[in-house]
Amino acid sequence: MKAPPFSYVRAASIADLFAKWEASGPDARLLAGGQSLLASLAFRLSEPSTLIDVTRVPELGGIAAVGGRVRVGALTTHAELGGNELVRQQVPLLAEAVPLIAHPAIRNRGTVGGSLAYADPAAELPACCVALDAMILARSASAERRIPAAQFFTGPYMTALGEKELIAAVEFPAREQQERSAILELARRTGDYAMAGVVARAQLEGSVLADTRLVLFGVGEAPIMAHAAAAIVTGRPVTGETIGRAQAALDTDLNPPADQHGSSEMKRHLARVLLGRALRRLCGVEEARAA
Amino acid sequence: MSTALNVSLTVNGERVSRRVEARRHLVDFLRLDLGLMGTRTGCEHGICGSCTVRVDGRIVRGCLVLAVSLDGAVVETIEGVSDRGEIRDLQEQFIARNACQCGYCTPGMLMTAADLLRDNPRPTRAQIREHLSGNYCRCTGYHAIVDAVEAAAAGRNARAGP
Repeated sequence: MKAPPFSYVRAASIADLFAKWEASGPDARLLAGGQSLLASLAFRLSEPSTLIDVTRVPELGGIAAVGGRVRVGALTTHAELGGNELVRQQVPLLAEAVPLIAHPAIRNRGTVGGSLAYADPAAELPACCVALDAMILARSASAERRIPAAQFFTGPYMTALGEKELIAAVEFPAREQQERSAILELARRTGDYAMAGVVARAQLEGSVLADTRLVLFGVGEAPIMAHAAAAIVTGRPVTGETIGRAQAALDTDLNPPADQHGSSEMKRHLARVLLGRALRRLCGVEEARAA
Repeated sequence: MSTALNVSLTVNGERVSRRVEARRHLVDFLRLDLGLMGTRTGCEHGICGSCTVRVDGRIVRGCLVLAVSLDGAVVETIEGVSDRGEIRDLQEQFIARNACQCGYCTPGMLMTAADLLRDNPRPTRAQIREHLSGNYCRCTGYHAIVDAVEAAAAGRNARAGP
């Protein structure tokens, strides 16, 4: 189908963006990479009066090191994120996640800010942000605020952003020496949204995991922190036995709704399998086998 | 309220200026406004890949880009890369291996395959499949397509020497 008619304006700067947003009606939408928005317009799932193209706003772009953190501008495309040397060195989990996001042609256009603002519960980057304890830098016409990723995703396609507030950038802590991370997902076809996925991040001290963060995606209404499972694997060597107990603990952490991919129990099963693989990956496969 | 705007861009090396409706996506702009019918309209919501074209050197879904957003951009379509011979070897291998079949997905497949070979001259079959995973062939002739891309890469490498 074709998109419904709408007006189009292009913002040249952040001040211009907020001026145009203020002057537009309540149903104006921001257009970044458009990889979700334009598809939803083709389905006529929404009919905005105006699209405000933000892709040429310089304040929303760029990747930079900022005092022990890596700041990723909202307009960074998935392809730029995956290919950026600073990201590959300092936040390698993101570079590992990029090939799982859609397809090359979409990664060339879709943006980090767009993906986070869209907040698909099966998307990779929201889960990465929660696992990495990233900070969302939100901006309105009059104020800036920092929102921890764990508080940002409030439901399916819902975020903590207010009216006429946007994502300017995301800040990720640079990886520590001992830090290990992994992202794994299961999809029926390469590039599809995940039926289930897991992001795991921890400090590996000898053979013991510390500060473990386990985040599941595609199995709930938003990225889900698996607190019970993380508690089991934290502070002790990861053995086959502890992995099994962590997998069982997912029953406490998750209550996946059935969806087009399968039943709640099937999604629980996929989550358990992925968690086991991710934990072995964090510790190195050999250690886990020896245990 | 008129929602049409002027846009000026470069398409296959030629400067073009048109007045287009804001909602018109790049594929319709190419096909209906410029008469470049090589790029296909498929699903029109970003799934099938049949509308794959280059914008500023990188492949994109033509149906997920608004024409009005491309002021100043450089667009290349199957007509452009075909006419200047950039993908002649890929096209010859698609013909030799009957990788076109009905031909509907072929322009998008060629644009995506060319994108892969530019960055990765020696792809494995798995890498070819991965890169083409967003391009659907409803004749399901995927094996022949992967064969053709693999053969074109081998040919380029043979010509380039070890």
